[in-house]
Amino acid sequence: MFEDLKKITELSSIKDKDIFYEASFNYENTLKLFQELKNNELFNFDQLIDITAIDYPSRKKRFELVYILLSMKKNKRIILKTPINENDSIDSIIQIFKSSDWYERECYDLFGIKFNNHPDLRRIMTDYNFEGHPLRKDFPLTGHTEVRYNDLEKKVVYEPVKLTQEYRDFDYTSPWEGMPKGIDDHNEQD
Amino acid sequence: MKEIEVNTTTINFGPQHPAAHGVLRLVVELDGEVVERAEPHIGLLHRGTEKLIEYKTYLQAVPYFDRLDYVSPMCQEHAFALATENLLNIEVPQRAQYIRVIFAEITRLLNHLLNIPAYAADIGAVTPFLWCFEEREKLLQFHEAVSGARFHAAYFRPGGVHQDMPEGMEEKLNAHFETLPKFIDDLEELLTNNRILRQRSVDIGVISKQEAIEWGCTGPVLRSAGVAWDLRRSQPYDAYDKVDFEVPVGKKGDCFDRYLVRIEEMRQSISIIQQCLNQIRSGEISVIDNKITPPKRSEMKHSMESLIHHFKLFTEGYRVPEGQTYNAVEAPKGEFGVFLVSDGSSKPYRCKIRAPGFAHLQTLDFLSKGHLMADIAAILGSLDIVFGEIDR
Repeated sequence: MFEDLKKITELSSIKDKDIFYEASFNYENTLKLFQELKNNELFNFDQLIDITAIDYPSRKKRFELVYILLSMKKNKRIILKTPINENDSIDSIIQIFKSSDWYERECYDLFGIKFNNHPDLRRIMTDYNFEGHPLRKDFPLTGHTEVRYNDLEKKVVYEPVKLTQEYRDFDYTSPWEGMPKGIDDHNEQD
Repeated sequence: MKEIEVNTTTINFGPQHPAAHGVLRLVVELDGEVVERAEPHIGLLHRGTEKLIEYKTYLQAVPYFDRLDYVSPMCQEHAFALATENLLNIEVPQRAQYIRVIFAEITRLLNHLLNIPAYAADIGAVTPFLWCFEEREKLLQFHEAVSGARFHAAYFRPGGVHQDMPEGMEEKLNAHFETLPKFIDDLEELLTNNRILRQRSVDIGVISKQEAIEWGCTGPVLRSAGVAWDLRRSQPYDAYDKVDFEVPVGKKGDCFDRYLVRIEEMRQSISIIQQCLNQIRSGEISVIDNKITPPKRSEMKHSMESLIHHFKLFTEGYRVPEGQTYNAVEAPKGEFGVFLVSDGSSKPYRCKIRAPGFAHLQTLDFLSKGHLMADIAAILGSLDIVFGEIDR
């Protein structure tokens, strides 16, 4: 199966990691690749387990989009990855895997990755009218707004986050080994 | 121009509704009483678990997993522990593997003992709810005995389990699981041939083999459609390859089959626990590497090195080699997976949680089309929806 995958799907970077295969692909031929993986009798990757992304702000193509497929017949998983930029958009695989609907919506919501031809690309996890994409590394852990019930206005109001104490992100990495870069970096950021 | 009269009513179901099993908002479009479209709005319980984990050490991330699917806490810690161990490239000792399997199965019993009566309550039977809660309480005492907490155990940790089972625990477990099958028989007597339960669940929310795979269903939902797929069997982890059990499958894939599969799974869980109790031997309960697991309290009293290890582990935490992995376990609700990315520091760079309920809830629109409004409650109950894991 490993050799077939290499030959037919042109996944040159494929690696066998015992419990799963891992490969990266070019997102321009997304649909063709997934069609092949699902329908070819040699692979039968017929269940989409998950779609997610990883944010690497320092990279040229910021996100790495990750697809996890499972073949029950062959008892094997494959993890497919593709680098993608903030402003790029990738083809939705909803015609091939129905379950990709919510997974793509989640990626859009939390990372801001756009999927072409998705019928209903709305936010899914965050609040109605939420702004920003929380799982990006530059989104603060505390968020930008907080919610409370305003007793005077008799309604729920959104306000900018007010912290009574500075958010403390302890960097414990060996503080006694000289002055490590962690502590200096911290002050500069502030 | 021809006018077409659209005669549908839109109803807002939830977010506060007892049959929604948590905070689910459903926008249901009805034609008379027949469901045309059911659109779940989720995220009302979104707490940003994945984001929070990025700011915590690997050990501090464990308790978040209890709070995902709060009905089956230990199974989720299991997935995280396996993923971290995979990146650390360590293998946990035999005894820890058996303890994990025993408690993962107790958790499965706990989950099904809540889901089955809750499902029954959704469609009109109240008594099983009270019965099962009594049984759950007995099982929760075992949770408490090993971890000190009834629900949020934080017991399965990367490298093994937190502490050994207290003395006499094995006998107590043995005695308890002698009597539990009788309870399941009683429960079945109350429900399986009950006319109301059958009328409300047979042929309701049918999903075929192909559709179940297509929609990403796993666990009891997939098995009820007739696919004999169980990660404990096909991709065994820990001690599951050393025990013998059967994988129950359904025929039709309706709500009733899902109920039956869960009942049978409970019997299999009891059998797995009994086999484990026979096979378990004394020994270490976590890897003996103080760079990963903390030293024993007694050692810390006289060894400076142990004290330093303890301090470093609970402040900085251990560093995990760079890499990515996906590890999944057969949680009571289906495939629960953790996609873990490490950048070589002591905090996960990214931790994606794959919740089975997320895929299951997505099928709700498909399952409820053409059914009556009241059947939505039955379908939701049979899918075993818990919002902690769906919203994360």
